[in-house]
Amino acid sequence: MTEPLLRIENLDVTFRGGFGNRPKVRAVTSLSLEVAPGETLAIVGESGSGKSVSALSILRLIPDPGQIENGRILFEGQDLLALDDAGIRSVRGNRIAMIFQEPMSSLNPVLTIGRQVAEPLRLHRGLSRREALEQAVEHLESVAIPDAAKRLGDYPHQFSGGMRQRVMIAMALACHPRLLIADEPTTALDVTVQAQILELLKERTREADSALILITHDLGVVARYADRVAVMYGGRIVESGPAAALYADPRHPYTQGLLRSVPRLEGECGGRLDSIEGQPPDLAALPAGCAFAPRCPYTHDRCLAAPPSLEAAAGSRAWACYGYEGESAP
Amino acid sequence: MTTVAAAGTDPLPGRGESRWRRFVVRLFRTKPLGAAGAVVFVIFLLSGIFAGVLAPYGINETDLAHRLEPPSTQFLLGTDHLGRDLFSRVLMGARLSMIVGFCAAALATVVSIVIGVLSGYLGGWFDMLTQRLVDAWMTFPDLVLLIVVVSVVGPGIIQIVIILGLLYGIAGSRIVRGAVTSVREHVYTHAAQSIGAGTFHILRRHILPNVMPVVIVLFTTRVGAVILSEAALSFLGLGVPPPAPTWGGMLSGDGRTYLYLGPWLALAPGVCLTVVVYSANVFGDALRDLLDPRMRGT
Repeated sequence: MTEPLLRIENLDVTFRGGFGNRPKVRAVTSLSLEVAPGETLAIVGESGSGKSVSALSILRLIPDPGQIENGRILFEGQDLLALDDAGIRSVRGNRIAMIFQEPMSSLNPVLTIGRQVAEPLRLHRGLSRREALEQAVEHLESVAIPDAAKRLGDYPHQFSGGMRQRVMIAMALACHPRLLIADEPTTALDVTVQAQILELLKERTREADSALILITHDLGVVARYADRVAVMYGGRIVESGPAAALYADPRHPYTQGLLRSVPRLEGECGGRLDSIEGQPPDLAALPAGCAFAPRCPYTHDRCLAAPPSLEAAAGSRAWACYGYEGESAP
Repeated sequence: MTTVAAAGTDPLPGRGESRWRRFVVRLFRTKPLGAAGAVVFVIFLLSGIFAGVLAPYGINETDLAHRLEPPSTQFLLGTDHLGRDLFSRVLMGARLSMIVGFCAAALATVVSIVIGVLSGYLGGWFDMLTQRLVDAWMTFPDLVLLIVVVSVVGPGIIQIVIILGLLYGIAGSRIVRGAVTSVREHVYTHAAQSIGAGTFHILRRHILPNVMPVVIVLFTTRVGAVILSEAALSFLGLGVPPPAPTWGGMLSGDGRTYLYLGPWLALAPGVCLTVVVYSANVFGDALRDLLDPRMRGT
């Protein structure tokens, strides 16, 4: 395997509990993952599973009471956590770019589209206003904004949600980053527009030879667009592997439950969808053992004692479940 | 770039003179009241500047044969108890009041922006410390502070401008801070961080333009408030010292004393004060609406 573009090792992110003796919230616990150049990795999980926080911590953008307690984030061999402020700023938007969830509010309402798309170019490439705007036109055309040159002077409210997300993509790819992080890029969009945006993302990152981390809770998106998948639960990765293999044969009980809860075209109609019983764990009071144990149908004593670690298996797959370590499959 | 040339548009939208002209045209077309306010404000400003030329008499030229005369063709706004021409004094008062109002409001706005933006954006212990200092400052009644400072440094235009500027500036920083804390939480601020923008860049390009509507209204209301405060100070004998004619001084000094014998003495500066403050406010509102792209028609 080639040298990974991004390697996260044993990342711990916590949020301070505030005044008094409120416990710390463990948003991410000993997270390790790798992204190869040009690869699309999907991070899947429900709300509060730590997927967005993991993504934000790569660019060191975790909001205030949060802090990275442990771990290393190596990007092209360089530890991002060891960089000073100017160092990390020269990475943001330049070598690693990010797209946010809400296209409606991620563009500044009082600046023209042209200025905003030109902004990373001016910051990182030191281009003049005119040069940056000329390049901005090309970038807007590459994300299929019609009449791009004429729309440079328009403001965000004159664009639809899908168009704004296209603008965000143009902005994110302006400096040809090696890695693009898309945090639920299509959640706020119509289903038809979702597909267009994802196609565009995939196509543009392939052309630019950028890797893509796609954060989502939509398993349909994952199946179609991701090369590899990492499933998160309670701040940990519980299973990872190539998308096709993971779909065909999910190993962790949580992944199995997730896949069972997706409606399917084949099979009987009118039946109830399966669901995973119980509630997601409270990150301020994680159990001593496996975070999924209270909801897992296969729980045994060992699961309650200590959390299982992510064990690698054949076919570059890995999962964290005691049931699979020994011979006894549940 | 062929694309730019083919589209035939300037890739740098809204630059140069035409932008100003377009803006003025839009002001008159869509906000007639605001435009009227701007015109009135400019008229007062100009008459203040050219008061020396326009005034038919000297401001301290007494004519004891014509004391407390009502408005006539000879004395357009009448005369006061010393026979001084009121029209000349009101014109000169425009100069002083506009200087005090404009400068102090500008200073106040700058102080509000600096404190409010830094405190609101940086947050944390800096915000905590700054805001407690602002709290402490605001617990003093304005008038007590003004009286103390003026008694120490003595009355005069510069002192008045600085004191009023600081007084309103520090209090107003609360309003700016509030606006900044809400803008700071918008995704576009995080997005700006994610493209590698530094703190100063974000403050200047992303935070400040988004709190401008608040700042503009703050400024225009302050112009009025400062002129009125100066009047209050003059009333207490702590404003710009006589015989310099400020509107506030004329209103609260002679105007009040001779209210029955010569109501025009209070009426002329009072009406001017009202008109200037009102025109500044409507112009500010129009400005705020026009500068906010979200409120523009497409």
